[in-house]
Order: sequence, then C-alpha cells, then structure tokens
Amino acid sequence: MKTILLAAGGAVLATIAAAETPVLNVLTYDSFTTEWGPGPAIEAGFETTCACDLQFQTAGDGAALLARLQLEGAAITADVVVGLDTNLADAARQTGLFAPVQPNETTLPVAFSDANFVPFDWGWFAFVYDKKQLSNPPKSLAELADSDVKIIIQDPRSSTPGLGLVLWVKAAYGDGAAALWEKLADNIVTVTPGWSEAYGLFLEGQADMVLSYTTSPAYHLIAENDDSKAAAPFDEGHFMQIELAGKLAGSDQPVLADQFLTYLLGDAAQTALITTNWMYPARTPAAGLPKGFETLITPAQSLTIPADQLEATRQAAVDEWQAALAK
Amino acid sequence: MASRAGKIGAITAACGVGLLIFGSLGFLLPHANIANLTAADIAALRFTLLQTALSAAAACLVAIPLARALFRARFWGKAALIRLISAPFILPSLAAVIGLLAIFGRGGVLNDALAAVGAPQISIFGLGGVVLAHVFLNLPLATRMLLNGWADIPTERFRLAQSLSFGRWAMFVHLEWPLLRALLPSAFAVIFLVCLTSFSVALILGGGPRATTIELGIYQSLRFEFDLSRAANLALMQTALCLIGTLVMAAVWRPSGLGIGLDRKVLLPAARLDGFIIALATLFFALPLAAIATRGMAGLIDLPNGFWMAAGRSIFIAVTSALLATWAALMLAMARARGAGIWAELAAMLPLGTSSLALGVGAFLALRPVMPPQNAALILAIFFNAAIALPFVYRLLLPSCRAVETGYSRLMASLRMSSWAMLRVVFLRRLASILGFSMGLSAAMAMGDFGVIALFGAPDQPTLPILAARLMGAYQMQAAASVTMWLVLIAFSLFWLFDHLGGRDAGA
Repeated sequence: MKTILLAAGGAVLATIAAAETPVLNVLTYDSFTTEWGPGPAIEAGFETTCACDLQFQTAGDGAALLARLQLEGAAITADVVVGLDTNLADAARQTGLFAPVQPNETTLPVAFSDANFVPFDWGWFAFVYDKKQLSNPPKSLAELADSDVKIIIQDPRSSTPGLGLVLWVKAAYGDGAAALWEKLADNIVTVTPGWSEAYGLFLEGQADMVLSYTTSPAYHLIAENDDSKAAAPFDEGHFMQIELAGKLAGSDQPVLADQFLTYLLGDAAQTALITTNWMYPARTPAAGLPKGFETLITPAQSLTIPADQLEATRQAAVDEWQAALAK
Repeated sequence: MASRAGKIGAITAACGVGLLIFGSLGFLLPHANIANLTAADIAALRFTLLQTALSAAAACLVAIPLARALFRARFWGKAALIRLISAPFILPSLAAVIGLLAIFGRGGVLNDALAAVGAPQISIFGLGGVVLAHVFLNLPLATRMLLNGWADIPTERFRLAQSLSFGRWAMFVHLEWPLLRALLPSAFAVIFLVCLTSFSVALILGGGPRATTIELGIYQSLRFEFDLSRAANLALMQTALCLIGTLVMAAVWRPSGLGIGLDRKVLLPAARLDGFIIALATLFFALPLAAIATRGMAGLIDLPNGFWMAAGRSIFIAVTSALLATWAALMLAMARARGAGIWAELAAMLPLGTSSLALGVGAFLALRPVMPPQNAALILAIFFNAAIALPFVYRLLLPSCRAVETGYSRLMASLRMSSWAMLRVVFLRRLASILGFSMGLSAAMAMGDFGVIALFGAPDQPTLPILAARLMGAYQMQAAASVTMWLVLIAFSLFWLFDHLGGRDAGA
C-alpha cells in the first residue's frame, strides 16, 4: 500500500514538474521546421538557455501563416510567429493580434523599422540561370522582355515569390508595369503555384531562367559543390523580401517570447539561418558570411514598396499582371 | 428495397458523407453572396468547364478503342499490362507533369525527334497540354471502367452474335452500343468531376493566368485575400457543378439490357489494328513513367531521415481509408442498384465537387474549439481520403451491382436470403474482381494525397507526399524525386496487391 501511495505521489510530482516547464509555441512555415531548415538548431539552442520547451506549429508558407492568423483570430495559441514578410506585414498587423516589439539593430541594406515585427533574414529576388546553358543573360527586366529567353515564374495569387515579382515590376516601372508584362508574356514558359515547382522545372531544363533569390546559387555552390548556377543582376534594381517575426499580444509567455526574439537575432540563430534558409542574416554574425557568399551578385539598388501603400498596390499590380498575361 | 440491414448501411454511409462535407463547409456557406461574383470568377468558371469537358471527352473517346482492343487481344503479360497502365491515375500530379515534360516538353524525347527530322518544335503549355495531362492521368480509369463492362457482356451474347454471322456494324449496334450507352456517361462524369478540382496540373501546363480554375480561385481567396465571401461563392459553384453533372448523368443513363450469362471465357477474333492501338497506348503511358523512374533511381537507397515513419503513416492512411471508402461505396451502390432513390447517388458523388482546401479549412475551424486540430490530422486524413475515393469506387461498383441485381434478384428473393447472405454469397463473390480493383485504386490514391495533414500543420507527422514537398522546398530535388519514386512504387504495390486479391483478372 505504501509503495502504491509513494508511486502515486511520485507521479503527481512528476506531472507538476512537467507542468512547470513553460512551453513556448512558435508558429512558422513548414520548411522552417524540417531537418534541412533552421528549426532544429534554433529549438535546441534556445532550449539550452530558456529552461522551457519550444514547440513548433506550422502552416504551409508565409501566406498560409497569415491565413492561419486570420482564421484563428484571438483564439490563437501561438506565442510567437516567425516567417511573415514585408508584403504580408500590414495585413498581419490589421488582425490586431500583435504586441509591440523593441526595434533591433540590423545589417539590412535598407532602413527598416516596424512597431510589431523584427526582421530575421532577407533576400533579393532574382532570375537564376545556368551559366553553361545561357552565356549572355539579360541585364535588365526590359532586356529580358525584349529577348527570347524563356523564364518560369510563380503565380502571385498563390506564392510569395510570385507576388514579389509583380511588386518588383511595379516598383521599377510604376504605370509602365502593364506594358512591360505584355512584353514579358512571350518569355514566360509557364506559371507555377509555388516556388518549388518552378525551381524543379528549371532544374529539369524547361526554361533558361527561373524567378528565385540572389542567394540560390550559394546553395548549389556550398551544399552541392556546383558553381554552374548564377543570378543575373538587373539594372532596375532588385526587389527585397524581408522575413519577419512578431510576438502575439495574447501570449501567456510574454517574457519567453521576448527572449526568443532576442535569441533569433543572436549570432547562433543567425548563423544557422544562412545555410538552412539560404537567405542573408538580418544581423551579420561576428564570423561573417560563409565562404561562397562572396561569389553572389550584389544589386546596385534595393527596391521596396512602403508598407502603407502595399495593400492598394498589391491588388492593382496583380490585376494588371493577370490582364496582361490573359491576353 | 428488400433488406433493412442494407438500407441502414447505405443511410449510415450517406449521412457520414453529408456530415463530413457539410460539417466542414458549414463555416463557409453563410458567407456566399452571388452579387460579389467578378468577371475573373466567371472567366475561371468558363475555363474550368472548357478544360474539364474536353479532358473528359478526349479520355472517353480514346478509352473506347483501347478497352475494346485490350478485351479482344490475347498476348503474354496482358494482365500485367492492364495493371501497369492503371499507374498514371495514382501518380502525384507534379510527378505526372515532370514525366510528361520529359517526353513532350522542351528538350523532351518528342521535340528531340522532331528536331532530328527538321520539323518545328511543339510546346506542351496551353489548353492542349492541360488536356493531354488529364487524358494521361484519367485514361486508365476510363479504360478500366469500359473494360469491366466488356467483361460483363455475357459470353452467350457473343456466341449468338457469331452464330448469326454479325458483321462489325451489327456487333456494334447490338452489343457494344448498349454497353457504351450504359457506361460512357458514368466514365465521362467521373473524369469531368476529377478534372473539375484540378489545380496544379491546370496551372503549370496551362501556362499562366489564362488557365485559372475555380480551385485556384478558392486557394487564392482563402490563402492570400482571406475573402470568405469569394471562397464561398466559388466553393458553391463547384458543388453545384458536381450536383448538376451527377443529375444529368443519371438522366442520360440507360440499362444495357444485356443480362447475365454463365461466365465462360469468351474468345473473340482480334482485329489487325488492336495490336497497334495497344502498343501506342503502352508507349504513351510507359515513356513518362520511365522518365519519372529514371529521375528517382539515383537516390533510391540514400533515403532522408524519417522516411520509413512517413511511409508507414502513408500506408496506414491508405489502407484504412480504402476499406472505409469501399465499404461506403458498396453500401450506396447496392442500395442504388436495389432501387434506392437518387439520394444514394448524390451522397456518393458529393465529395468530388468539393474543394479539398475549403474542406480542410472548415474542418480546422470546426475542430478547434474541441481539440488542437493537429492532433486529429491522422484520423481526418483517413476520413477525407475515404471521401475523395468514394465517388470513383461507387462509379466502379454500380454497373456490376446493377448487373447482379438484374440477374439474381429474383433468385435471391425466392431463396429468402438474408441481407448478410446476399452480401456474402452473391455480391462479394460476383464483385470480387471490381472490389479488389476499387480497394487498390483508393489505397493508391490516398498514398499520393497531399491532404489535410499539410494544412493542419502537424510538423512531426509528415506523410510521403509532404516529405517530398518539404524536400523540394529545401532545394533537395533529387531526394524529392527519390521519395516520389518510392511513393509511386508503394502505391502501385498496394494497388497490385488488392487488385490481385480480387481474383479474376479484369478483362483477361
């Protein structure tokens, strides 16, 4: 009888101990948490310092994260959201779910400040090609449109890079965007629902160039020892994607959430992000960028669209894109 | 309806489907407002109707000579070939696209051959490519449906026709036309409805926003715009198309009136063209499959972490959902064949016209107050996959159920058989072959389904298709090709196993 009581008491104590380990719920996109993504390293690293249990919840990609926020509303159980981007930030803010955050020192090439989000990594969109197949790549969006180079792009209605390209053309050409799309139409082999289909088809040789990031060649160089891929620098400048993290106002672990955001911008997490997300770190770690990144192109100009104009621009730009390509 | 037990089974199945679909769509429907329909939505409706009608018609037209040739021809390995050409139907859509591009795309086999003889290059992208891909994916199903029909024509009819020295025309008018009349509407409707919810294939091969389908619109409005009103309009449009399609088909259908026979093997003279048709079809199916196999082969042994757990999860979902789908379809098809109203048919066809994204989002909202939705992902995956397979299995079972009912109902009634005895002694035995095929088909389809697990975000519970998608998202295209290859191999093995267990080789 005594042993049973002891065992029961032990079990109760164990349960209490487990309940006392605080849980930090981090909502992020799917590829963040895979073994090739930054998730495992960041989870292990943060848990050694926080005496907590970091648990990931996932939704497909950045856009799916936003949809999840809108669906769940105030009932959301996550404490931190990692993986929205500047194009989605305003819509995410309008859910009213985010708490203010302390601005952080960053090494972004553009000025950035946001009351609700901190950037954790960023990249420039670019057209990637195979140097062995295409010896003389176009030097601008306009030159691409006039050439007979074949490209694969993503649909702005279902993919974040696709939306990035539409905003890129809009930021570079303004009212002339529709005219440029009409000239680009015969270069576009096809439009895919997401990034991975487009990149896969490009690697299969279905087009000369694919819309991706200036950092994509670094993956092939560092992970596959293949230096055949390159991104083409364009005269108009390159549109930026800045990935963001934010803290939810309804979080029951606000202190842990702040700690996590600080950790995310620290050296360990930033180093892990470079070669798992294949993006530039928001704050370059002390050791600098890994070998291979010096071979990447650096666009002369970084294009963005101010947050307050984004919602209106986005709708008009996508309609313009659709009208030009449906002709 | 003679038996109470049978009726209870059918009503249970119908209620289950209704609960799953409308329980999930319930959140969306109140937001519908037809006044909000835009020109883009109408354009999407028009393109969707055009590509689905063309795809279904093309697949059915090609299936007629192919099924007839396969039925008549006798050659070594025929049963294996019939199974092999079913493979495209169970391919994940991106794998199918990549296989087709390797043959018909830029630098593909066909364009290389054209270049060699100095002919102009063809481009697969556009409406033609969408239809080609849908024919590739769905011709196997149409062919199997017709082939089963040919096999159901009683031998005695062919004997009679031969002894009356029927010519080719007379044979067509008296035997094959009634058969096609009974089967084609069914095959056309199923393929029409499969293509209705096509999304990736239509977009990638359609070449851009001209090829916008209703399903893409639902995806856009739920994922990017969070426009519930537009999503509801489009989802309703899709469900309405499904219901209209089902009703039209039920109205067009006529019984073949060919009756039953003694199940002796028929030996028909093969026509000279048969061999040519079969060879051509085999090439059409085998070349893209071979291209997929070649790509996956390189990393076949070097598998990513978590592969076996993902495979186990996928197989579990596949087998359980196949059992569930086949049971529900059998109940509904038996009830319909034994005189139940159109409700049984509508219940069986409903899942086809429903957007899986809308369903998943609905289920997420419905479950959230009760439990963390990711904890229910596996169970829901089973139910959703069973629902997705139900319409096909129902369509496959119904003609044979009707044949059994026509042929044996009086005998069964005079023997006062209980419904259990009817099921065991008559239906299960007569339908063994088609049940095996149905089980195999639904298991294989569930293997390749991306499904609700992706939507619910249970990061530690990937299935094989999700694992492949994650690999692609991390630049690991080679590993993704290998996982896809394994996925196809396992799906095909399941299909082969169940089809084989069904006994009698279809049509052979």
